[in-house]
Amino acid sequence: MNITHVLAGKGGQVHTARPEQTIREVLAVLAARNIGALVVVDEGDRPVGIISERDIVRAAVRDEQLFRHTVAELMTKELVVGAPEDDLRVVAHTMTERRIRHLPVVVGDRLIGIVSIGDVVKAQRDEYEGEIAILETRVKTEHP
Amino acid sequence: MSALGTEGHPARVAVIGAGPTGFYAAEHLLSRKDLVFDVDMIDRLPTPYGLVRYGVAPDHQKIKSVTAVYDRTASHPRFRFFGNVAYGTHLTLEDLADRYHQIIFCTGAQADRRMGIPGEDLTGSYPATEFVAWYNGHPDYTHYEFDLQQEVVAVVGIGNVAVDVTRILLRSADELARTDIADYALDALRESQVKEVHMLGRRGPAQAAFTNPEIQELTELANADATVHPDEVELDDLSKAAIDRTRDHTTMKKVEILQSLVTRNAQGRPRRLILRFLVSPTELTNQDGHVHGMRLVRNRLEATPAGTLVAKATEQVEDLPAGVVFRSVGYQGVPLPEVPFNDKWGVILNEKGRVLDPQTKEPLPGLYAAGWIKRGPTGVIGTNKPDAAETAANMREDVGNDIVLTPTHPRAEDAEAFIRERQPLVFTYADWRTLNQIEVSRGGEMGRPRVKFTRVEDMLAALHR
Repeated sequence: MNITHVLAGKGGQVHTARPEQTIREVLAVLAARNIGALVVVDEGDRPVGIISERDIVRAAVRDEQLFRHTVAELMTKELVVGAPEDDLRVVAHTMTERRIRHLPVVVGDRLIGIVSIGDVVKAQRDEYEGEIAILETRVKTEHP
Repeated sequence: MSALGTEGHPARVAVIGAGPTGFYAAEHLLSRKDLVFDVDMIDRLPTPYGLVRYGVAPDHQKIKSVTAVYDRTASHPRFRFFGNVAYGTHLTLEDLADRYHQIIFCTGAQADRRMGIPGEDLTGSYPATEFVAWYNGHPDYTHYEFDLQQEVVAVVGIGNVAVDVTRILLRSADELARTDIADYALDALRESQVKEVHMLGRRGPAQAAFTNPEIQELTELANADATVHPDEVELDDLSKAAIDRTRDHTTMKKVEILQSLVTRNAQGRPRRLILRFLVSPTELTNQDGHVHGMRLVRNRLEATPAGTLVAKATEQVEDLPAGVVFRSVGYQGVPLPEVPFNDKWGVILNEKGRVLDPQTKEPLPGLYAAGWIKRGPTGVIGTNKPDAAETAANMREDVGNDIVLTPTHPRAEDAEAFIRERQPLVFTYADWRTLNQIEVSRGGEMGRPRVKFTRVEDMLAALHR
């Protein structure tokens, strides 16, 4: 299974922010969409960073006035990106090892989706559940 | 009127597609006591089970035992089956929306990906799925012909379909005669001149898509010797590093199986399997309009930023003579009339199984997708069970919130009368049970699991229609 199969069931919409937007605006989108991060894109829709709950929590400890700050000030700029053909097992490993919870997916420099660690865990769980379901059926029918 | 989803006012659902996903969706909807659903399953073929009947290889009968679970679902009093009824031909979206509260599409991934190389359409170059449908007796494919008079075959791809096709080509006629393979296919394979099958993977042994039991079986066939090129099963540094990092036992075992072939001596069996890695065809060569061979380019592995190892072509090329080519390089869903489609992923445009309006990206009330047409072709049969469960949970939630279609003829009898009017030659589940008994008893006489009906006319005749 690869990233394509995760994105296929997500409707193809990616929620993004612009670097000049405020943290207040970002929080409103995160809350309304019930998501944990927004990919930050420039005017050409190219990903330039990611702004996550964690970035905001970290900043909040330093500065209680963070709502007025811009995305550009708080976002994580070192992006690890995924490709559609990336294998989910490898992605799970990379995300765990590097402690990334959201992986923007790009083709060339164009953003086409985002995969969260929750998506990866769910896809893997479905794969294992499916295998167990088949094995159970076989045991039951072959050894009634 | 009572609320929707109660005994007196059940939520009526049309399930399009009678494959595993359709049955799992039906099971999830029918198994709950808090909401009452009526399920009408509609399939363009007269028989149920989809790819379990027409995809799973005939020499893998045990996998087909999942149908026992589907039969149990089908015996639910609120389940009905309408076979030989095609969405888009006999029934439109409007017809269904006028008779059901919800419609769920479980139509699978029916189209073969193309390799996109010159010569792909020469005689002797076939999609592997057509060969699979043909040897499994799919009524739409009985008249297909495959050139089995060639001695050398190349199978492009190393996924489970490629493995199945390779195995069927390598088995002896006597082995196949004990399966439920279609009779005409058995006759053709009996005359097969195939001596060598080259199975081509574009990445290395550690990235191979086949499962360990599948490859083990393939390398232990009674009728074929398996070989590899030693330099191709040797791991490159990136693959080695990946294995060292993940300590993934399945991958280690897979590599071990493949590397063990280097030192294995040929046993003089009639046929030969050559497993190739790190090669991609770039062109099929032509002799009088027929495939004559292929140009292969050698690949090396490169890591993506997220760590997946992908194949990159090198300058090194090689010519492989082969008279027949089967391609199995992926599948994709086929757009259904009037249902929004996501071309990029080859699936119905959806979010967690709710079909989306392409403009607003908001869910379209009453329309759903599950299985391969929802997420793309991946996983084993059982993976469709949790997948269908996710969509079914959303369907229940939407019934609870009254976000459904508003049919003007929501009675079960009306829907059946309408379907029968559009397609008088409809098959019910009772019809299938009769056909199943005949198939199994015909097989029993010959020591086979069943002898399949492969033509709709024959099925009708057996039912005295």
